[in-house]
Amino acid sequence: MTNADSAAAKDWPGVRLHVVTGKGGTGKTTVAGALALALAGRAPARRGGGGGPSLTPRVLLVEVEGRQGLAQLFDAPPLPYQERRIATVPGGGEVWALVIDPEQALLEYLDMFYKLGPAAKALKRFGAIDFATTVAPGIRDVLLTGKTCEAVRRRATEEGRTFHYDAVVMDAPPTGRIARFLNVNSEVSGLARMGPIHNQADAVMRVLTSAQTAVHFVTLLEEMPVQETLDGIGELRGSGLPVGGIMVNQARDVVLTDAQLKRAAGEGVDRAELAAGLADAGLDRPELVEALAGLATEHARRVLLEQEQRAALSDCEAPLYELPLLGDGVDRVGLDRLAAALRSQGAA
Amino acid sequence: MNTENVSPAFDLDALLDDRGTRIVVCCGSGGVGKTTTAAAFALRAAERGRDVVVLTIDPARRLAQSLGLTELDNTPRPVQGIDTSAGGRLHAMMLDMKRTFDDIVVEHADAGRAEQILANPFYQSLSASFAGTQEYMAMEKLGQLHARGEWDLIVVDTPPSRSALDFLDAPNRLGSFLDGRFIKILTAPAKVGGLGGAFKLLTSGVGLVTGALGKLLGSGLLADVQSFVNALDTMFGGFRERAEATYRLLQAKGTSFVVVAVPEADALREASFFARRLAEERMPLAGLVLNRVHPRLADLTAERSLAAAEQLDVAQPTSAQALAGGLLRLHAERVEVNRRESRLAERFAASHPGIRLLRLPAQAEDVHDLEGLRAVTAAQTAA
Repeated sequence: MTNADSAAAKDWPGVRLHVVTGKGGTGKTTVAGALALALAGRAPARRGGGGGPSLTPRVLLVEVEGRQGLAQLFDAPPLPYQERRIATVPGGGEVWALVIDPEQALLEYLDMFYKLGPAAKALKRFGAIDFATTVAPGIRDVLLTGKTCEAVRRRATEEGRTFHYDAVVMDAPPTGRIARFLNVNSEVSGLARMGPIHNQADAVMRVLTSAQTAVHFVTLLEEMPVQETLDGIGELRGSGLPVGGIMVNQARDVVLTDAQLKRAAGEGVDRAELAAGLADAGLDRPELVEALAGLATEHARRVLLEQEQRAALSDCEAPLYELPLLGDGVDRVGLDRLAAALRSQGAA
Repeated sequence: MNTENVSPAFDLDALLDDRGTRIVVCCGSGGVGKTTTAAAFALRAAERGRDVVVLTIDPARRLAQSLGLTELDNTPRPVQGIDTSAGGRLHAMMLDMKRTFDDIVVEHADAGRAEQILANPFYQSLSASFAGTQEYMAMEKLGQLHARGEWDLIVVDTPPSRSALDFLDAPNRLGSFLDGRFIKILTAPAKVGGLGGAFKLLTSGVGLVTGALGKLLGSGLLADVQSFVNALDTMFGGFRERAEATYRLLQAKGTSFVVVAVPEADALREASFFARRLAEERMPLAGLVLNRVHPRLADLTAERSLAAAEQLDVAQPTSAQALAGGLLRLHAERVEVNRRESRLAERFAASHPGIRLLRLPAQAEDVHDLEGLRAVTAAQTAA
């Protein structure tokens, strides 16, 4: 089911913007963080021929919903609207983070194009900045995606490097809003029919619909998130946006054979058999047999449901990556485990 | 277990049976099971004799179908198949945010003006996707259902906001936005200018501001906004007033909030913020629902369980040994998960002493019928 067999092949050559979405509660931010670490852990490129200096990967992780989820994920203090290094990986790769604030992005943008000076202050004082960024999510979204695309296209100042960042990973809005969020063009076309915001939207769309971008979906093997994933993929394809992979998070190990699963999900496991097995381990306790039989039924139903959902996901022809359930909660050790799982399956 | 850090029990039936409870608002961050919890509470209340309507926001398709909801039509529909022996009833409805907004417009404006508003591109964007419209319309709908007075209990689900707080802030944000200073300036420059001298400076400032914004956004947008707000302004007196009325309803006697969370750090952090915020707003918190917990099923430590599983890890295990070994590993994993979840719950209890706690165990399968909804609350374990 997974593409672990194609471990050596990297599935996303040429992709420099990885957009990570997922239904709330599926671990979207965690997977975005793990993907950034995985990308930073790639072998350094040697530009200028085999003898050239080795350039360790530099990856930018962007947050667009102002939740400070990245700071929490990497156990760092709250992040400002400023690129900061938040992690390094063995081999020297770096992960930087940026929390994009739409108001500041707008001011930065105004300053770049209009040299507003004191007028920018007036705009703020009259509530105009607040107005422009909340008036319609379309404009807000253009500012968020615009800043992200700027980071993707930013040229390197060091010799040998073409782009400042080798890859940019966006912790994007949830699946239910992703197509609208990325499809900035259609969103603003009814609102800002001309002017710089309109032009900016066009420029953003060129990056987002290009082969440089892939939109990955994080899901659990549960009905609702899987349904939303399938809907989201359909919507993106309908809008001509590039669908990437599906990251199945918190995948469970199966501890029973197919025959045992079937029986456990229906009539329940063979208690005499279970009791005999437990007795061999010196656990001759009837109440334990009952408890474990209950656990077996729960596990079996869950696994069968997961199989159904996995089959539904396979139908949509996007590569599946499976990430283990982190029993101890998410910390850097857990993130590194997820990053390793992504790399071994070819996602980075 | 540290007994100081144990939350008092949240008595769900006492809350639902109390005829004084008129509104129950289920809130929490996205993906924690708010919709299912709201539906399960409503069903339980109805089967215990209350006349209940549940307002859901975005239910899973099959759950919606099981409640008899096949389309977004803003109409409460009777739910079939419930146990009515205690004399209760259950209605359910799904929120259609755009339609709720459209209805407000149609209800308050004359036909010509309503048409003009509904066709305005700015209105269309605002009503379909303004960050907060859904939250605002959910509250508007709650107010409407309450005003109808047909039910003695209303259970409300809240929109899947990125943050639990959005739901409280959105009505005010939208209200103050539409009623805000900048909108006022945009839409009434003539008035300000007419006041003469002292305001001259201000109007030239306004010109600068609208000029810059016009350049940026394209002047068409500002014109749309101006005509929209002017049309809206004449028909009803300020969104802020409506938002405030909603706020008062949420503070009213008979309204109870239930914060839903899953036993994970992020969701509990949101729950924590929410609990504090409710206290600040003097809105009554009935308790925390810790959803999808994993109870420990047997009194056997993880270490002992793993050791036993290893003992069964022989070269050619019998089918019985393989079965027992697999389940012992599963049990060990469960004990670990349970330990982590309990630690998180204790930490929450320590920082929020006195908040009542109700644990709802994880269901093996997705909930999509009345039987499943009954199972959710049947398995409740007060802390």
